[in-house]
Amino acid sequence: MENLIGLLVAAPLLGAAVLLCGGKRLDRVGHWLGTLLAAASFVIGAVLFADMLGRSGEHRALHTHLFSWVPVGGFRADVAFQLDQLSMTFVLLITGVGTLIHLYSVGYMEHDERRRRFFGYLNLFLAAMVLLVIADNYLLLYVGWEGVGLASYLLIGFWQHKPSAATAAKKAFIVNRVGDMGLSIAIMLMFTTFGTFAFGPVLSSAGDAGEGKLTAIGLMLLLAACGKSAQVPLQSWLGDAMEGPTPVSALIHAATMVTAGVYLITRSGAIFNAAPDAQTAVVTVGAVTLLFGAIVGCAKDDIKKALAGSTMSQIGYMILAAGLGPIGYVFAIMHLVTHGFFKAGLFLGAGSVMHGMNDEVDMRKYGGLRKYMPVTFVTFGLGYLAIIGFPGLSGFFSKDKIIEAAFAKGGTEGWILGGAALLGAAITAYYMTRVMLMTFFGEKRWVPDADGNEPHPHESPKTMTIPMIILALGSLGAGAVFSINDTFLKWLEPVTGHAEGHSPVSALTVTIATMAVLVIGVAIAWSQYGRRPVPAVAPRGSLLTRAARRDLLQDDFNHVVLVRGGEQLTRGLVQIDHTLVDGAVNGTATAVGGLSGRLRRFQNGYARSYAVSMFGGAAVLIAATLLMRAV
Amino acid sequence: MSFPLLTVTAAVPALGAVATAAVPAARRTVAKWLALLFSLATLALAAVQLARFDTGAAGPFQLTESHAWIKDFGVRYELGVDGIAVVLVALTALLIPFVILAGWHDADPLEEARPNRRWRPTQGFFALILLVEAMVVISFEATDVFVFYIFFEAMLIPMYFLIGGFGDRAGEHGEEETAARRSHAAVKFLLYNLAGGLIMLAAVIGLYVVTAHQTGDGTFSLQEIIRARADGRLDMASSTERLLFLGFFFAFAVKAPLWPLHTWLPNAMGESTAPVAVLITAVVDKVGTFAMLRFCIQLFPEASKWATPVIMVLAVVSILYGALLAVAQRDIKRLVAYASISHFGFIILGIFAMTTQGQSGATLYMVNHGISTAALMLVAGFLISRRGSRLIADYGGVQKVAPVLAGTFLVGGLATLSLPGLAPFVSEFLVLVGTFSRYPALGIIATVGIVLAALYVLVLYQRTMTGPVKAEVRAMPDLKVRELVVVAPLIALLVFLGVYPKPLTEIVNPAVKHTMSQVDKTDPRPDVPVRAATDKDASHEEASHEEAEAAK
Repeated sequence: MENLIGLLVAAPLLGAAVLLCGGKRLDRVGHWLGTLLAAASFVIGAVLFADMLGRSGEHRALHTHLFSWVPVGGFRADVAFQLDQLSMTFVLLITGVGTLIHLYSVGYMEHDERRRRFFGYLNLFLAAMVLLVIADNYLLLYVGWEGVGLASYLLIGFWQHKPSAATAAKKAFIVNRVGDMGLSIAIMLMFTTFGTFAFGPVLSSAGDAGEGKLTAIGLMLLLAACGKSAQVPLQSWLGDAMEGPTPVSALIHAATMVTAGVYLITRSGAIFNAAPDAQTAVVTVGAVTLLFGAIVGCAKDDIKKALAGSTMSQIGYMILAAGLGPIGYVFAIMHLVTHGFFKAGLFLGAGSVMHGMNDEVDMRKYGGLRKYMPVTFVTFGLGYLAIIGFPGLSGFFSKDKIIEAAFAKGGTEGWILGGAALLGAAITAYYMTRVMLMTFFGEKRWVPDADGNEPHPHESPKTMTIPMIILALGSLGAGAVFSINDTFLKWLEPVTGHAEGHSPVSALTVTIATMAVLVIGVAIAWSQYGRRPVPAVAPRGSLLTRAARRDLLQDDFNHVVLVRGGEQLTRGLVQIDHTLVDGAVNGTATAVGGLSGRLRRFQNGYARSYAVSMFGGAAVLIAATLLMRAV
Repeated sequence: MSFPLLTVTAAVPALGAVATAAVPAARRTVAKWLALLFSLATLALAAVQLARFDTGAAGPFQLTESHAWIKDFGVRYELGVDGIAVVLVALTALLIPFVILAGWHDADPLEEARPNRRWRPTQGFFALILLVEAMVVISFEATDVFVFYIFFEAMLIPMYFLIGGFGDRAGEHGEEETAARRSHAAVKFLLYNLAGGLIMLAAVIGLYVVTAHQTGDGTFSLQEIIRARADGRLDMASSTERLLFLGFFFAFAVKAPLWPLHTWLPNAMGESTAPVAVLITAVVDKVGTFAMLRFCIQLFPEASKWATPVIMVLAVVSILYGALLAVAQRDIKRLVAYASISHFGFIILGIFAMTTQGQSGATLYMVNHGISTAALMLVAGFLISRRGSRLIADYGGVQKVAPVLAGTFLVGGLATLSLPGLAPFVSEFLVLVGTFSRYPALGIIATVGIVLAALYVLVLYQRTMTGPVKAEVRAMPDLKVRELVVVAPLIALLVFLGVYPKPLTEIVNPAVKHTMSQVDKTDPRPDVPVRAATDKDASHEEASHEEAEAAK
């Protein structure tokens, strides 16, 4: 069985290599080849899963050592895998949703001349993402971590001829690199603290290290997670990342890659458990981001950007849960999986809408689409009900548990976190209802575009609707399946550990409060977008709305502080390099060597003669030494 | 007497240079093929060196050759390679065929040039490249300070002609202005390096005087000096040692180049053709960092430790300064030059961190930087030759018309920004870890370099390759077969060494261990050593080591 683990990565990696180096010959079959290899990876994952279920909780983890990667002195990095319940959960999510999205892309990218390359990048992403979750040490995880960053870069910028796409891709990579710095430093700290950075030894002896060291490691891991999972303050890239083709947004920027930060924190639980200050930082980031993303999501008219704000917010929930420690790890991952279903489904639905609307993304130009796209409407609707936490659907179970856990943190902190999570639930209900109403209800608002082409909304082909239906089923039932008999809890507990918190409020109270805020959120959205026709042009809006439209001024801040400041700095340095450094060195040389006269001669074209004379000098020197020897 | 493999490895390209230069004017193509053939023969010899190198051997140097040369001054013709030298010889021998192939048409005479029997630029170009190769190889092999010095300096002459005599056709400033700039760059290169060399010469003589004075027998032999110091015959006053160290270090810091002695590099790389720029940064400059490891640290261990804090700070300044200036460049080649300055900062940082990871990382860095810069710069050269401009702003949307060119350029760029999975990541991370374990603050500051690297690489890629297709770029052909033959193996190597660097680390590690023992430094120990896996593995390795030695 252990030998199969490597194939999880190898299958999509092979696909990427073949598709990217294969040339035009593969144009006709490339997309199916890519889909097949993604499915192969999923099947292998399923086989391993079945095998894993055959063993008892404590003996489920598989380990395999492929080869020694970088052995230098005490520094040992290996290419070795660890497949435990946590990794398995991710493997199934990644390859499962990944395969569906490959299938969807066959239809979605049908008319793109570079479709083969698109599938190559998607395969590359799958390989890197699986590597990230099955690595058995932090350095190999880092390879997957940047590998998904590369795939994300290539896919966001897939339509490179659009300057906005190229800029967004670059931005995503660079902001992520700031996070990667955190991961690098965390690994270095682990090496100096423990002499290793393999999961097993580090996590089992985390308790022996000083709290200061662990806090530092924890904060650096959090920085890494902020970059990859688009959490405040490294959130700015996610909205722009919507420049990528929609299947990419669904797979990478909603269901899988952006949740890698949650994986990292949960995986490193042993470190965070012993570093309460780092945990406080984690829950703070989570709580701030879940509100930040939700507020941004309320103001966007671009359907994908509204969903991107929502993704940020939902991952904020997961980070919050992960920061709560053993009372939250399991629920962070559970929400991650259910979110993987419903958010991927929502994005695919958005893609289906765009597909039928000549790639229009402005929801103010939609309206009444339920009549034209019934399958999309129903599947999107199920995703919608799941995300707002409608009783019985996936999000209801997973989000409710996180809100409970937040209260269970205890003390003032618990009230603040729980309150933020509840408020977030209300805003979620509001903005998702807004998206739903603006897109599928009301009167049609679309108009012919500049070339006079009026959109003719229509249902998407089967390759697209089938994945949407499957994901909708997941949105519908996953939460219930996971919660019956605490299946999911029992599954993950041996890895992440679990503790019941002591909530000051009962579970029932939390559920009732959650339902109440849900109704409030939906009602407000209904009164604004359901009862009244939606204006085709956005009203000016309040100060907050305008700020939210501009992503709460994140880019303005970055622009003024980082971009402008950086430009000034580099320009200044160029001047300094030219005049000061160069000048000083030349000046010293001139002063010391009295070379100024000669310098002038060189510049007048005598350089060659000097070099010849130097060559002559060297020849004399060599001749002299030879002669000396003879004597 | 055994076969003098090291001498022959250096002699073959030297012979090749003579042979290439002697080809008649009209037979340019013959000269090219001849040069390529000789460079491939050298590569084969370097491969033999690698194959015959024994990683388990006891002594530091192998394949040694030793002959008396100038008896009166104790100069011996002494060659020998350790694990560090042997991989750098291999790197040099590996890159030269690509440099020759990439520069295949760089020295073709202009069509309108008057036929002139005596002017043979093509032959000269390739002969000079081979001459540089010969000198670089022997510099890596020399274990006698004097022999090293001669070739370290002599290298400047062919390099000077390569920079000053051959450049891109018609830059944006017109023919004459370009020629003037080129000659200015060549002179700047020469002056900087000559100044370094002169100071080093004084130190070389000083070293002789000190050894002659103390041991009664003046010598330039590295091994002899190390022995004399070990058994107490040689005990330099610390002020003397420091002065001598500075003399050597200055020359190597110019060559490397280290901030603030770096300004010759952007000029030299900017004005020369891409293959020559690769020759400068990927091959010749490595002699500087290599010599820090071999001569500065091993000849003057105490002074090295004394100077370490200042050098480490300068190295970190180089990393950030080089990267920031790279971000601001408008010229593709100058951008790569500043990126190289940043990378040399990493190499020097690793060397002087005085940890196993730092020095092994620095050695790997030299190799990986050579390959990655070659890939990036040579593709940049192909790009520039198509459009006739080095300015980033003159490009745009190349990806659409020449996807293979753009793809290889991106891979070269990703290697330059040390993407995990590609070779430079391994070395950069080792350098950072090695630095961090002794100097946490410097390690963290240096890590900022990875963000800046992403910035300058991706900005370059975005501006040249993406966006709407510029009119002047529209007819640009994609990579030709010859160009693909240059790039594909380099990329394959970057991937291979990124995934499986063990063959290299196995060769380099013992040499680094030896160097570390010279300065009497051991790696810092972790706070909470994890008992389980690592200790067992370590003892296991020791055991297998002993077994290997016993077997002999």
